[in-house]
Amino acid sequence: MSEISRIHLLHAAMVAALVICWFVLPVYHAGNLARIMVFAIYAMGYNLLFGYTGLLSLGHALFFGAGMYGLGLAMHLGGVSAGPGILAGLIAALVVSGIVGFLALRTTGVAFMIVTLMFAQAGYLAVLLFGTYTRGDEGFVLPQATRALLGVDLSDAQNRYFAALLLFSAVLFFIGWLVRTPFGRCLVAIRENEERARMLGYDITRHKLMAVIMSGTISGLSGAAYCLLFGSAQAAFVAVPYSIFPLLYVLLGGMGTTLGPFVGTLFMFYLIDWSGGNMMVAGFVLVALALFAPAGILGEVRRRLITWLP
Amino acid sequence: MEFGPHLMLATLEGAITAAILALTAVGLSLTFGVMRVVNVAHGEFFMLGAVAAWFISTAIGGHPALGFIAAVVFAPLIIGLLAASADWLVLKRLEYDPERTIVATIGLLYIIQQGALIGFGPNAQPVEAPFSHRIALPWFEWGESGFEMYYPWGLSTNSYKLFIIFAACAILMGLWVIMTRTKIGLVMRATQQDRDMATAFGIPVERVYALTFGLGAALAALGAVLIVPVQQAYYLMGHDPLLLSFIVVIIGGLGSLRGTVLAALLIGMSDGIISVFFSPTLAKIIATLLVAMVLVFRPQGLFGKGTH
Amino acid sequence: MAAVNILETKGLTKTYGGLDANRDIDFALPRGDVHALIGPNGAGKSTFVGMLSGRIPATRGQVWFDGAEVTRLPAHKRISLGIAYTFQITSVFAKLPVRENVALAVRRILGRDRAAVRAKVDGVLERVGMVDQAYQLAGDLSYGHQRVLEIGMGLAQNPELFILDEPTQGLALPEVEAFKNLVNDLRGETTILLIEHNMNVVMEVSDSLTVLNHGEVLARGTPDEIRENADVQAAYLGGV
Repeated sequence: MSEISRIHLLHAAMVAALVICWFVLPVYHAGNLARIMVFAIYAMGYNLLFGYTGLLSLGHALFFGAGMYGLGLAMHLGGVSAGPGILAGLIAALVVSGIVGFLALRTTGVAFMIVTLMFAQAGYLAVLLFGTYTRGDEGFVLPQATRALLGVDLSDAQNRYFAALLLFSAVLFFIGWLVRTPFGRCLVAIRENEERARMLGYDITRHKLMAVIMSGTISGLSGAAYCLLFGSAQAAFVAVPYSIFPLLYVLLGGMGTTLGPFVGTLFMFYLIDWSGGNMMVAGFVLVALALFAPAGILGEVRRRLITWLP
Repeated sequence: MEFGPHLMLATLEGAITAAILALTAVGLSLTFGVMRVVNVAHGEFFMLGAVAAWFISTAIGGHPALGFIAAVVFAPLIIGLLAASADWLVLKRLEYDPERTIVATIGLLYIIQQGALIGFGPNAQPVEAPFSHRIALPWFEWGESGFEMYYPWGLSTNSYKLFIIFAACAILMGLWVIMTRTKIGLVMRATQQDRDMATAFGIPVERVYALTFGLGAALAALGAVLIVPVQQAYYLMGHDPLLLSFIVVIIGGLGSLRGTVLAALLIGMSDGIISVFFSPTLAKIIATLLVAMVLVFRPQGLFGKGTH
Repeated sequence: MAAVNILETKGLTKTYGGLDANRDIDFALPRGDVHALIGPNGAGKSTFVGMLSGRIPATRGQVWFDGAEVTRLPAHKRISLGIAYTFQITSVFAKLPVRENVALAVRRILGRDRAAVRAKVDGVLERVGMVDQAYQLAGDLSYGHQRVLEIGMGLAQNPELFILDEPTQGLALPEVEAFKNLVNDLRGETTILLIEHNMNVVMEVSDSLTVLNHGEVLARGTPDEIRENADVQAAYLGGV
């Protein structure tokens, strides 16, 4: 079987397993999975820039928020329906990531981290500043009646689960395909040795900008999905912790792997859940991870066992 | 209050912010500059300083000045030792790899923050200042009989607040003397410049790193001890200092302590002063975007030496 | 019609804060030649090559590649016009397999056609004798093998011009021999510009040489001519 087919088969198996989960798992866990899948999309978007291209952003909450408020404000204030709302969220994220990419990519390394952090902070503060529209920290809620797409009520738990799964699968397959294209391979080359990639004739700046835009738009999709499926938008989602979470999920699950972001999100979610919100446990796990499994869960699996893992 | 006096107050408040920010940021500049590690837990060492000050002064009781002196001496010491051991036990074993260090220090952040929540509680606790005298501030006006000085109502500050500024300056001067005139300072600077050469000269680099890490944390803790009578101790108070310290260090330029202090002055003062003209939120947005733009067009910061 | 000289510079100058690292260099490299650029340490060779490849912007002067002016073009664009470049300190993708290293070089030209890419990679590995190491991580190879890999990555681009920056540095004697054979094998297929310190290699494989000293061209000519040149001797032995 060719490498590509194996990858798609693995992803298809993953999706199938998630379908089965809905019917097999108790309601509580199935509900969690819907939330986890939405945030896994965010993590997958982040992974594209960090895991594959090697650019560490500390400001992805800006893109998540752009999607969230793009959809949220369009529906809440503009009165549009879910379909155009999703479009609004995506366009908002696309534009914001384009602008941030254009400016921030003039820097590298730590300066890049701080610049992205600053843009995200400015975004968070802007949400607070325009509180008359965004309701700031308190946020706003989308009425259940509006959260329907093509006649399907998305506030219903089953519909919500499968909507999240649909989006998750779409992004998973997209990334699985992308990382095996010449473009995707070049991103890895940039991560591994940027100067060598440049001197092979690749336009590094253009590749990085495309990576930022794709990464930002996928993150925005997650934000829009969250707002649509769970019905709320709050300033907290644009604050610094929400920029750190995807980094954490990706590092935990395995950076530069397609399924790592999902594994990391799942792991972190249940770690916090089981420790009763006691972040100290999470803290110790992270330190242990850094010491003993630096490539993340799937990263270590790929290193030691399944070398073809995408 | 009129505009002039209002601005003067804002300047004073800004100076205090800048003073504490300078201490905290210099602490970060040492670890960041010397060890090249991004310590996400730096803000938590700041918070621990404030929490420790509360514990010490509550335990000692009596006149607040006693507790204050004890806190100033012991809090940075304890927290410095804590940080040094974290470096020795964890960071050293990671070989200071950038990504692993970020993960580990995020873990440390959670551990310390949660520990403070458990041990100290979720509420903000006040700490009494060792001394506090109201000092009325004069303002000037062109009156009928020429240049007049008067004391506008509400324009006053506090002797302790002024003390903070002087204390911070003294500490920074002391640090400068240590870094430039003592052997240990020389060793630290040598290790920062060229780690491999330092090893070749027999400098125990790993011990220097532990010392540096401890010193950086101690400085942050000291800054918190100074500000806690003004601000109150709170288990989440590390967030803002972390953010601001990083900004200051990068803007000032990696590897430049002088740049860090100047950037702290710039950012600490401007935040307060811009807030006079615009709403605080808008002021913060402007400041944030300004920081971003400085880096976009001058990635090495104001005084930095090339890229890292 | 293809230009006679594949590479030309006119008055190429690089000034760093008042100091001329390169001054008014006129240079011409005939298509098909194996040409060596030599000079004592500090002569400005690295700066010159930097300006040729596009990694260093010129202060003054022009660079022409295959008849077109490329002075303002960024490095990656020049490479894509048909230049291959190997670094002074070998630079490969250490954590990627040898195959993938070559594939990355190939893909920029052949793009999405997986079968064609695979075939080309096989061909290149065959030619440089690395078929057995195809799935090893590049970083696990010996330094000499990494150098060969890097040259292979250059070959994969079917370059018009091959710039080799100190290719024999760090190589053991048998590896140097292998390298000389490779150069002779490539002769006529592409134009080669060598920046070298190893005089044996230079004298044996080069058709012509340019000698730089103090940032300027000191001499040009065939190996024999350069060997006889008194100025060149003086420059190397110190004094000029």
